[in-house]
Amino acid sequence: MPADLDLQKLIFGRLTIESLPLHEPILVATFAVVALGGVAVLGALTYFRLWGYLWKEWFTSVDHKRIGVMYMVLGIVMLLRGFSDAIMMRLQQAVAFNGSEGYLPAHHYDQIFTAHGVIMIFFVAMPLVTGLMNFVVPLQIGARDVSFPFLNNFSFWMTVSGAVLVMTSLFVGEFARTGWLAYPPLSNIGYSPDVGVDYYIWALQIAGIGTLLSGVNLIATIVKMRAPGMTLMKMPIFTWTALCTNVLIVAAFPVLTAVLVLLSLDRYIGTNFFTNDFGGSPMMYVNLIWIWGHPEVYILILPAFGIFSEVTSTFSGKKLFGYSSMVYATVVITILSYLVWLHHFFTMGSGASVNSFFGITTMIISIPTGAKIFNWLFTMYRGRIRFELPMMWTVAFMITFVIGGMTGVLLAVPPADFVLHNSLFLVAHFHNVIIGGVLFGLFAGISFWFPKAFGFKLDPFWGKLSFWFWVSGFYFAFMPLYVLGLMGVTRRLRVFNDPSLQIWFVIAAFGAFLILLGIACFLIQIAVSVMRREQLRDTTGDPWNGRTLEWATSSPPPAYNFAFTPVVHDNDAWWDMKERGYKRPLDGFRPIHMPSNTGTGIILAGISVVFGFAMIWYIWWLAALSFITLLTVAIGHTFNYKRDFHIPVEEVVRKEGERTRLLAAEA
Amino acid sequence: MNRFRILALLSLSVLLSGCNAVVLDPSGDVAGQQRDLLVASTLLMLLVIVPVIALTVLFAWHYRQSNTDARYEPDWDHSIHLELVIWAAPLLIIVCLGALTWMGTHLLDPYRPLDRTAEGRPVPDDSKPLEVDVVALDWKWLFIYPEYGIATVNELAAPVDRPISFRITSSSVMNSFYIPALAGQIYAMPGMETKLHAIINKAGTYEGFSANYSGSGFSGMRFAFHGLSNDDFAKWTEEVKATGGALGRTDYLALERPSENEPVRKYASVQADLYKAIVNMCVEPGKMCISDMAAIDAKGGLGMAGVNNVLPLTYDKYARRGSVLGPEQTYVAAICDTGEQASAPTNMTPVIEKTPLRPSSTPSETPSTTPVAERPS
Repeated sequence: MPADLDLQKLIFGRLTIESLPLHEPILVATFAVVALGGVAVLGALTYFRLWGYLWKEWFTSVDHKRIGVMYMVLGIVMLLRGFSDAIMMRLQQAVAFNGSEGYLPAHHYDQIFTAHGVIMIFFVAMPLVTGLMNFVVPLQIGARDVSFPFLNNFSFWMTVSGAVLVMTSLFVGEFARTGWLAYPPLSNIGYSPDVGVDYYIWALQIAGIGTLLSGVNLIATIVKMRAPGMTLMKMPIFTWTALCTNVLIVAAFPVLTAVLVLLSLDRYIGTNFFTNDFGGSPMMYVNLIWIWGHPEVYILILPAFGIFSEVTSTFSGKKLFGYSSMVYATVVITILSYLVWLHHFFTMGSGASVNSFFGITTMIISIPTGAKIFNWLFTMYRGRIRFELPMMWTVAFMITFVIGGMTGVLLAVPPADFVLHNSLFLVAHFHNVIIGGVLFGLFAGISFWFPKAFGFKLDPFWGKLSFWFWVSGFYFAFMPLYVLGLMGVTRRLRVFNDPSLQIWFVIAAFGAFLILLGIACFLIQIAVSVMRREQLRDTTGDPWNGRTLEWATSSPPPAYNFAFTPVVHDNDAWWDMKERGYKRPLDGFRPIHMPSNTGTGIILAGISVVFGFAMIWYIWWLAALSFITLLTVAIGHTFNYKRDFHIPVEEVVRKEGERTRLLAAEA
Repeated sequence: MNRFRILALLSLSVLLSGCNAVVLDPSGDVAGQQRDLLVASTLLMLLVIVPVIALTVLFAWHYRQSNTDARYEPDWDHSIHLELVIWAAPLLIIVCLGALTWMGTHLLDPYRPLDRTAEGRPVPDDSKPLEVDVVALDWKWLFIYPEYGIATVNELAAPVDRPISFRITSSSVMNSFYIPALAGQIYAMPGMETKLHAIINKAGTYEGFSANYSGSGFSGMRFAFHGLSNDDFAKWTEEVKATGGALGRTDYLALERPSENEPVRKYASVQADLYKAIVNMCVEPGKMCISDMAAIDAKGGLGMAGVNNVLPLTYDKYARRGSVLGPEQTYVAAICDTGEQASAPTNMTPVIEKTPLRPSSTPSETPSTTPVAERPS
């Protein structure tokens, strides 16, 4: 601590007026747009007096369905941010030729590709996946909520906190300029002394708490709250993938937390875990971060596999082919995903035996994955395939994903990796599997379960338009990157000196533009569907002739999901119930015990944002104060005994009566 | 969707013929073998990928809802035979690919000295590889030729058909040393040394660069790699010797400071142990080398005396800085090498007081004999 403590430093830490990027016109314009949009939204909410409704019914809600929907909203909002970064990169790379520096200086460009990666993985893919699991899993297993409803709300808001911090970095200070995994020494204090990496660390740490707790929550839910009769091998396949994903989350995220703690110690108190000097080893960081990072990609893809399984069997009107081999494949992938992390850095100089071991374990993962693809294929075989949107996404996935899988296995061959590592071929590969796998899966899932969540289907016209733009845009945007990779072009370059490359980048930029149209059509699809909701209304609760329990209840389901806990006899429980001529019980209802809403989650998360911000800017008094407040509120919440209530029987009778009427009108 | 794919593939093949896919058409034997492995693996995988894509399209079309002629068996969900095939087909391919991988990885291990200059041409017994020490700096490349005592920045040359043995390190952050036409890449890391053996078989000028993002000047970290005939290479070394200046430790410390888009530089002479000092991070005068530190630690370390054997860091290629709550930045002072001690900072005085230099350490009872710099006021 310097002797001459000045007051400004004491109060504001290193936050000064210069920290605001007023000299970067792109950011100022962005800020103006965001601010105007924000004011418009806030104004509208105030004008329509929606604050009370939002607070009572959504923000403080512990209902897993509402939390799931909020996760989806978060993911879609952040998708817009992450995609803006993508299209800016594509533009820069398409124009920075022939001596042109492009329009982005290194200081800005390097933040953009870092932010793009971080946002797309942590604040788009993760919330969307978690949101779907949150919404669907309790319904699929016939439960009334998750095991720990308050924890669920808290987890969600912690994820939001992380996203808020990342967004703050856009306008206050800067984001990391290190690449999305922030390898030291570059990310250490010596080479990144600014706030960027600190934003990265605290955003991920705070969001990570949310992710970890939601993982614990869903495991507990799946293990303990399944409907009677639903043994593990009668669980819907999506629930199986959710279980494996959450096991991965619980096992992998603490590694991320630990490695980021070590990096923070290096940056804040001068330890030497990952420094060049004093015995530090940056290679340790690379190993640790990938021990989290590789399972992370399976955390994202497994639920997508689950979605495709549900969709394929539903829209083929058939049982899923090879249910048990599907389950075993999922479990094998879960285990193997921990044995492959080194394939992300074959080029770090490990010996040939180490490299071949990790190369071969990586290839082995393609066996269960291949089996899954065949299972979907043979589910379609001798089926009656209805090409609704979810099924279209699934077919697009099957074709796209095998290409990405093939290039992935190619990269697992160490000598091939030596020539393709860090190249645009690699970039094309992981976008191939993340867009072609995870994102297509999420879109399939969204259009599949949207009617369950809101009681009306999504508009098919705009959905199909969005689908075609996305799929063609994907091919245009990423196939050129495969070619560029084979031309020896590496990733994260800002300017190029070989003019023959430009055409490929222009094609890729065109692809990004098509994807932009795809996103626009998706948003229009939602808007149009809301407006046309009466035509698109589904009163049955089972618009697709579904197979699993979520389709047994009304759409949207009542707060309590099921008036009576269903009893399960088969792994397509609802299909089986329909086959056996299941009759909905019409009387004998009882009051239903439910958890109460609480604002503690959002309050704790809000304080966490303040704490993270204070740590990033070295505002120690605020950090101490917010941390103490955080603990106080958390402990205070344990004395909150008003945590549950009973839905009175009249309410249940009224709700169920309404459903009876709707079903009768339908028939 | 399929239409788009075919379109994409068509345009791809047309455009590919007009462009230089260096990874698929390299000029070095190592990169050539890596390409062969890449192509072989791709073909092997296409054995299963193509049928899957074809079946997907076929089933999707044939079993569409409107085609009521297609068989419909809603309860058919299991077939032992089919499942055997489903698991066995990928397994077989992976067994083949795994064998290929094991052999290829060992054969093409970048640390393994070459045993052939090209297919069917073993390396002659009397040939000695060209040694090149590579240092990734912010943001340029330094190449030292110990055999010739010369060095270059952002330009690398090697004679055709003579094995090259690279030793690679970095001065500050991680980079990756990559010349696609020559051989696969390997990371360049500070305080560490990686190795690469390669050979260039065709004369020409090729592009080399860093393949691992390393900060704001990363895009400009490019260099030309010249594959030269023996005569031309001799001429090239003569030219470097004739035109260049000297590269000593002080020059290196000036050179390693961050700079972008550096032009080619040539050095006619290089201080003998410079590369060793760079790897051991002790180019700065008076700083203990990692190798010395390791040797001392291997013998049990300096004990508490070691805690005081640090000097405040006054040189850092970026700026002098430490972590906000940590102690001031220091480095470990050299104690073994008298030559290095002579070149240590002059403002050093023997220990006169026993208060620890760093608040975190306890005062040592045994008087320290190591020099400690004056504490900054």
